[in-house]
Amino acid sequence: MKTPDTSPTSDALALDAVSCTFVDRNDPSRRYTAVRDVTLSVGAGEFVSVVGPTGCGKSTLLNVAAGLLEPSSGTVQVFGRPLAGINARAGYMFQSDSLMPWRTALSNVMAGLEFRGVADARARAQEWLRRVGLGGFGDRYPHQLSGGMRKRTSLAQTLALDPDIILMDEPFSALDIQTRQLMENEVLALWAGDDDKRRAAPSLSATPSGGASAASGGRQGRKAVLFITHDLDEAIAMSDRVVVLSAGPASRPIGEFIVDLERPRDVAEVRVSPRFIELHQAIWAVLRDEVLKGYQQQLAA
Amino acid sequence: MWNLIKPRPGNLRLWQLAVLVAVFGLWHLLTKPGLIPPLLFENDRQAAFFFGEPLVIFARIWAWFVTNADIYQHLWVTLVETVLAFAIGTLLGLVLGLWLALSPLAAAIADPYIKALNSMPRVILAPIFAVWFGLGIASKVALGVTLVFFIVFFNVYQGVKEVSPVVLANARMLGASPRQLLRHVYLPSATSWVFSSLHTSVGLAFVGAVVGEYLGSSRGVGYLILQAEGAFDINTVMAGILVLTAFALVLDAAVGRVERRLMKWQPSSGETEKL
Repeated sequence: MKTPDTSPTSDALALDAVSCTFVDRNDPSRRYTAVRDVTLSVGAGEFVSVVGPTGCGKSTLLNVAAGLLEPSSGTVQVFGRPLAGINARAGYMFQSDSLMPWRTALSNVMAGLEFRGVADARARAQEWLRRVGLGGFGDRYPHQLSGGMRKRTSLAQTLALDPDIILMDEPFSALDIQTRQLMENEVLALWAGDDDKRRAAPSLSATPSGGASAASGGRQGRKAVLFITHDLDEAIAMSDRVVVLSAGPASRPIGEFIVDLERPRDVAEVRVSPRFIELHQAIWAVLRDEVLKGYQQQLAA
Repeated sequence: MWNLIKPRPGNLRLWQLAVLVAVFGLWHLLTKPGLIPPLLFENDRQAAFFFGEPLVIFARIWAWFVTNADIYQHLWVTLVETVLAFAIGTLLGLVLGLWLALSPLAAAIADPYIKALNSMPRVILAPIFAVWFGLGIASKVALGVTLVFFIVFFNVYQGVKEVSPVVLANARMLGASPRQLLRHVYLPSATSWVFSSLHTSVGLAFVGAVVGEYLGSSRGVGYLILQAEGAFDINTVMAGILVLTAFALVLDAAVGRVERRLMKWQPSSGETEKL
């Protein structure tokens, strides 16, 4: 087990001049550069959102950070070490259903712990299911759960491994607006570790990736989050920093905004604060042109 | 009066039974010597010769099951052949299907041969198997295996190829090694496809067993039919067919129950059960 890197200057995730070019296997002359020269970093315990028009390569960047995709050029560093293969310190929440349909909810949450040979996987999984509010639903199969419940199960599945980095690919885009806001608040609460206000205090036993489980506050205990979304409201409400990606192809970051709203935030209520509106206007000014550019390209294609 | 007895969901079984009685009743009428004048045949015993008489057939079945009780060993043999053919065919189909689906190179090389073997009507292999494996159950099992194998193979192949890439990526992110991926993602996905073809596979295993017996055997229900045909004993042949049909229905029901239990993680078609 690696001890977590505690030096404050070591970023959890550092993408340096990453480019990704996809080549059509049948016709090598057709190439598509999704992202070019992207330099992006996420500090330990920092919540970063990446927004951009559709098709601008946000998911590509996330897959590179996860180790599911190797960049054509550039480097990826995880806590100061170069990444090779799957990023073992990251958890990934997918946009579409990623639960194994042949396993019950509890069995799904246990899956990661099983794969890594953790001793009391069942007990931990049950605890995490309880924390996301699905304590009594462990024996249901995914098809017996609603969309929101499946998302919560996926969240429990990811967090049960106590990863130091969480990668989220538009995780709530498939949900209705009310469920989405509930989930956003849930994620913020679990991320910040202050869910002990509502439920029993979390246990502090050692977890697979080496760190203690969600500490009761304090930035050291928090996980680094890279959150992809096209919903600007969601991005500003949840994150410490918002990065704007240009329209594809060959997209790159064209703006970075620090979100200095106070925490803890309620996703629905923070939207009407004056500072939120200021930020929204500033970021939208940059994003709007890219969105229009993106649509023009799709129409022309 | 008609409202009471007309067909509706409540008395469906009654009507189904009535149809059965009507069929046997008509059969009896047309074949019992002397009951009605011969319509299509020269004399009044030929109808019974060609089609058998229901009462004699029932008497034969009764003798088989109750009086002489000598059919049980034959039923057992046919059942054993069916189960063995199903088990071996499924295992082979599973292994080969997994291997070829996970190894594109092997699949590319084997592709035309699989196609050729599948296109060939494999029932004609029965006499060859009889020569190779003798008249015992081995040749019947072999025939059943050739029938079951391809169904299972294609289902497994498809099932593995169509594993959701998101589920796969998620399992990898959760830390699954390639072996764990095989055991916890590919295998369950493939076996679910196998279970969806359970009815067909079991049905084909049964066909393989009976046809194999029919083409050369010393025991089994197919053998009984074969013997009866040799003696032009149409009543016994019909009795054998009825017993086989009933047997196939029982088998199908059992498979259905197993299938329901194993497939409970799948949503019923078109609907998901919401809470």
